[in-house]
Formats: sequence, C-alpha cells, structure tokens
Amino acid sequence: MRTLKFLLQKEFRQILRNSMIRLAIFVMPVVQLIIIPLAADYEVKNINLAVTDHDHSAYSQQLVSKITASGYFRLTSYNNSFKEAFKAIENDKADLILEIPRGFEKDLIRENEQKLFVAVNAINGTKAGLGGAYLGEIIKDYNNDIRLKLVVPESFNPFPVIDITSSNWFNAEMNYYFFMVPGILAILVTMVGGFMSALNIVKEKEAGTIEQINVTPIKKHHFILGKLIPFWVLGNIIFSIGLIVARVVYGIVPVGSLPVLYACISMYLLAILGFGLLISTFCETQQQAMLIMFFFMMIFILMGGLYTPIESMPGWAQVIAQFNPAGYLIEVIRMVVLKGSGFRDITPHLVKLGIFAIVLNGWAVFNYKKTS
Amino acid sequence: MAEYVIKAEKLTKKFGDFIAANAITFEVEKGEVFGFLGANGAGKTTAMRMLCGLSKPTSGKATIAGFDIYRQTEQIKKNIGYMSQKFSLYEDLTVLENIRFFGGIYGLDNQQLKSKTGQLLHELGLEQEAKKLVSEIPLGWKQKLSFSVAVLHSPAIVFLDEPTGGVDPVTRRQFWDMIYDAAHRGVTVFVTTHYMDEAEYCNRISIMVDGKIEALDTPSGLKERFNAPSIDEVFYQLARGAKRVE
Repeated sequence: MRTLKFLLQKEFRQILRNSMIRLAIFVMPVVQLIIIPLAADYEVKNINLAVTDHDHSAYSQQLVSKITASGYFRLTSYNNSFKEAFKAIENDKADLILEIPRGFEKDLIRENEQKLFVAVNAINGTKAGLGGAYLGEIIKDYNNDIRLKLVVPESFNPFPVIDITSSNWFNAEMNYYFFMVPGILAILVTMVGGFMSALNIVKEKEAGTIEQINVTPIKKHHFILGKLIPFWVLGNIIFSIGLIVARVVYGIVPVGSLPVLYACISMYLLAILGFGLLISTFCETQQQAMLIMFFFMMIFILMGGLYTPIESMPGWAQVIAQFNPAGYLIEVIRMVVLKGSGFRDITPHLVKLGIFAIVLNGWAVFNYKKTS
Repeated sequence: MAEYVIKAEKLTKKFGDFIAANAITFEVEKGEVFGFLGANGAGKTTAMRMLCGLSKPTSGKATIAGFDIYRQTEQIKKNIGYMSQKFSLYEDLTVLENIRFFGGIYGLDNQQLKSKTGQLLHELGLEQEAKKLVSEIPLGWKQKLSFSVAVLHSPAIVFLDEPTGGVDPVTRRQFWDMIYDAAHRGVTVFVTTHYMDEAEYCNRISIMVDGKIEALDTPSGLKERFNAPSIDEVFYQLARGAKRVE
C-alpha cells in the first residue's frame, strides 16, 4: 500500500506538472465538445437545387417557392432546359434537379394527374438520399394543398388515405444535440484516457526510467495500478467537465441518475485505460504506441454506434462491435441521459465492461515484464 | 574464507545466434570494488543486466547475495542498487521528490526517509537545489545523485554501469570518493568503466573481450602478467584481438 502511495504521488506530480497534459485534460475536451456537435450534425441543409421549369405557370412558381421556403434548399439555378440543369450538377453547383414538365398546371387541373422528375447527384449518398426525401415530402405536401383547393369536399373521401402520426419518445423534439453530445463526450473520454495511458509507460521506456523501476522490488500490479488510478481520476474529472458543458451549453440534463452514470463511466475507464496500458507494454517507443492506438481508436469510434447504428452493420461487423468497449459506453450514456435508465437496465453493459476491465488489466500486468 | 556476494558460473546470454555473454565465471567478495572492463559491445552491460535480474540468462548459474538469479529475482532486487548507463532518475521531479520516491518504493519508513534524505543532500551539497527539477541540475550532480539514490536503501551490492561517462575529472574524483565510502560501509561495488585510471582504483578487475572474460586479477597482478606499465596497456593488448566491431 505504501509503495502505491509513493507511485501515485509521483504520477500525479508528473502529470499535473506537464502543461501540455493539463491542456489536453482540461481545455481540449471542452473546446471539442463545444465545436463538434454544433458543426457536425446529421441534418442536411443548404442542398443546392436546380430547377428546370418548362411550364412557367403560377403553380410551378408556387411549388418552387414552397420548396425554397422550407429552408433546406438553395436554388442555385433556374432554367428552361434539362441540359443546363445537368451542367450545374456536373459543375457541382447543384445536388438535385427538379424538372417541371410543360403543361404542369393545365394537366394537373384538367386530368388531376401530373408527373415531376427529380434527378439526384448521388456522390454524397447521405446528402442525396435525405435531399431527395425532403423534396418528395414537400411535393407531397404541396399536392395535398392543391387537392384541398381543387376537389370539392364530398361526403366521402374517394381515396382512403392512411395518415401516419409519429411521436418521438425520449427526445421529443428530435433535438440533435441530445443524441450527439453524450456520444461525443464518450468519445472524448475514450481518446484522452486511451492515448494518455498508452503513452505513459512507453515514455518511461524511452527515458530509461523504467529500468530503474524494474530493478526495484516493486510489484508488477502495484506499478500498473500506479499508472491506472491517476488516469482513472482524471477521466472522471473530464467526464464531469463534459457533463457541465452539456448542461450549460446545450441544456442537457441527464434524465437518469448521476450515480448510474458515474458507475458506468468508472467501469468503462478501467477498461479503456487497461487497454492503453496493455498497448504500452507491447511498444518500445511513443511513436509505435501512438500508431497502434490510432488504429484501434478509429475502429472504436466509427464502429461504436456514434454515427451509424450498430444494428445496421453487416453481421460480421456486429460481431466485431461486440468487442468494442466504446460502443457499450455510447449506448449506456445515451440510455441514462436520454431515457433515464437505471442500474437494472444497464447491468448487462456494466458486466461486459467489467469483463473488459479485468481481462485487459490482467493481461497488461501479465505482459509487463520486469525481467526480459 | 572469503564471503562471496556474487557468484557466476558459465553465465551465458544469447540473442539469436549472437552470444553476448559467453560462459562467464567469476566471484566477487563482500566489500570489494570490482571493476568490469571491456570494449564497447564486449558484453559488459548484458552481463550486468543478468546479475541485476533485468535479463534472464540463456544458461549458466549465478547467485547474488545468496539468491538465485532465475528464481529469486525479486529478493535480489531488494538487496541491490543499480545505476544505469543512461541517467534514469525522473527529470520532471525535483531532487527531493526523486529521493523520496525511490526511498519510498524500497520500503524506507518516514523516519528513515527524512533522516537519509537530509544526510544525502548534505553530503552532496545539494541543499540549495533540493527543490529544483532534476532536469535543471548539471550532469555531474545528476550522476552523484543517481549513485546516492542507488545506495539509499543500503543494499548489499551496487551495480554501476559506466557511472562517470561524460563527467569532468574533478567530479569523477569525487564520485570515486563516494564509491570508496560505500565500500567502507560494506557495500560491494560492481562497476563498469572505460576509464583505465579508474580501473586502477578497483580491488580487482576483469576484462571482457567478445563476450568472454579474458583476464581477472588485481590491477598490479594484471600488469605483472602482461608485462605492462599500466592497465591501459593491458587492456590494449587484450582488446586488440577483439573480432566484434561496433
């Protein structure tokens, strides 16, 4: 115990004395948490639209102004030929083309039927897909408006229509930040914790101080604990700062209880720090540790369900995702913050994170060799 | 009957096909200052790392302070001090913090820590620098500090790997005074060096060439045997035959 006390004292001094690390711990997460959710969101806006209007009628004007009024589209070109509109797509000036045929208004009134043509530039799949869907939605809406005007109300409706009304549970206003901020906070904790723990032991190897440690009667598990505990404390501090930022900047107040939240972040930190320490026992230089950690971080982040749901990944990828501790954290944080899940709901996740923590730290202790 | 604190018998370390230390056999008595000489790449550091329990031998036997170097590395570590070639105290901790840290992990209690730290700072004349970061003090002082930290827990044996590399002559002299002081207190000193004048200060020296111990005797005994005026000359005669080139 006494050995551990001296180790902890030393680690805390070294960490807090390093101004870059202080910055990485206390300032960078705050800045990122403020910038990223505001900048990178799912909502597709500013879709460039080219309209080819062969009709030039009051109706076509109405449709176009309804589309531009939605706020999602930017009319970048309005012309008479599809050729010109296509050129706009080729020059990257337009993402979507809406072609309004000749006789649009006339046929709509007379024959009660009209066809519009929408062409989508699918290079950016997300933008194209969502843009096309938005446009379809607006046109459908427009269609309903006209119908109300044209069709004389009858005692019965000749077209049975199923109208779907949906209500969003747990995030009633579909507030994007509610979904994203907790996830990004999870990633930040992962990044800072993972990298710092991975680099720490390797730094001692580079400096040669590990030799001086290895020649002392220090116990291996004391040494690893001496490295683990300081970063565990710092990880919890970063998480707390993140919660404060989420509250102050985004107005996110966790629905669930704080003890549940801290139970899962504490367990998670043990797992991810153990992973970092394990990496560092394999590497000889900070550069190696950095590269390897980076490889895993990419997988942790992109396969953790932050941006794309794990359920929609192919089967083999879902199997890999099972071994991604970050995935469990992202899911649990969202469950607790948005849904108010309690201990009982997150027990399976806690157990899995606990297994990660035991295996990874055990492996790190095993793999740390005082005698080569 | 002399009491041996280091006994090595046919100690060998191979790295693949390369035999870094080839069946080295020697004994070191308690309280002796034992010089371990050899050209760069002769295998000195490899041999020393095996004796300290940092590296597992490929074959051979050895005991350090009565403990087996295969099975009892942790007991060995309690009984030795080690100062590596590369300065290995924490540069981002102060002088005082380094002393307290290493003293602490060797299990000194608060009372001992306090008295030993004060004594050490006084002997080194570092009282003014106690609160300075180690990175801010000159190399000579760092080396002396390293040595003092290595013997802080009063080990039976202290291993010094080129302790005076890059240090000025005056500091080197002071360093050897410290070595003698430790030897007088009964600490066995096992030291590697490139400085032949330092070799003359040792009770006995061994000279390693290409992983083997080619000569082992007192400095005067060696000079006599090789009919040489100085250890420098003895070393030159032996090392000239070396096949390993760095």
